[in-house]
Amino acid sequence: MTTTTLTAGQSGSRSILAALSAAVLGLGILWMAGHAQAGALHDAAHDVRHATGFPCH
Amino acid sequence: MTRRMTCATPPASPATDPMFTRILTSALFAGAAAGLIAALLQLVFVQPVLLHAELYEGGDLVHFGPGGEANSATPALGGFDALRDGLSIIFTMLIYAGYALVLIPLMALAQERGATINARTGLLWGAAGFVTVHMAPAFGLPPEVPGVAAADLMARQLWWGATVLATGIGLWLAAFGRSWAAWGGAVVLLLAPHLVGAPSPEVFSGPVPTELGALFAARALGIGLAAWVLLGGFAGFFWARETQGRGAAQTA
Repeated sequence: MTTTTLTAGQSGSRSILAALSAAVLGLGILWMAGHAQAGALHDAAHDVRHATGFPCH
Repeated sequence: MTRRMTCATPPASPATDPMFTRILTSALFAGAAAGLIAALLQLVFVQPVLLHAELYEGGDLVHFGPGGEANSATPALGGFDALRDGLSIIFTMLIYAGYALVLIPLMALAQERGATINARTGLLWGAAGFVTVHMAPAFGLPPEVPGVAAADLMARQLWWGATVLATGIGLWLAAFGRSWAAWGGAVVLLLAPHLVGAPSPEVFSGPVPTELGALFAARALGIGLAAWVLLGGFAGFFWARETQGRGAAQTA
């Protein structure tokens, strides 16, 4: 058995909390950069939203 | 099994848990690298098509109707715009870092359940990520050139989000499911968004030639695939490094 799985089991709930926090941060960034419709944000990210296939205006 | 796990020193508090830092570090490196490459590819291959389409969107060029005499397919488009293209590079890196922050926790979860995570398996994760956030939504809502007719934005964003969620869970079940029920569920989740159908406009009113629209969609998807395969590979590479470092530190 590897050390990785041992430590993963040991700090399981804390690891899940950390992983969830990271995922929520990532989703927040994606929402802000890809979907939020605030004017300045939309203009700044306009070309990227089109090129990355997000629904845009 | 003996509880050998108690040998390792537990983190002092959740705030000092290094898991979050490890994910953050791997995601920022992987996202910045893949995002920078994606942004440069987009500037070379996608941006000229977008600028060309904007000439039709703004009415500088007219495709059909009165005044629609034949246009050159290669108008002058202007070169690199430092502010506009600089912002695009920053936002692309940001978006791929955001994707990596979701991808790496999922890799860590799979690793805890016995999957091998490294640069090579990361390529497969990247391909699955591309299908999840690019290919599946594009099947109903293809990447749009500026000026195309489209349904209500909120409805499209909802369908986009629901499709990404259903496709992601479907691919996870397909890859890690261990029963026919899981694989059957995967098929249902992968098909459902497209059987329901994406919101579509009431009428078509796009002024942009179909040649530009098709080229734009194909290039956006092609670069999406390249960027995601790289993102998966980088994420697997950095995550494997982070977890190896942790193992070495704790067994020392």
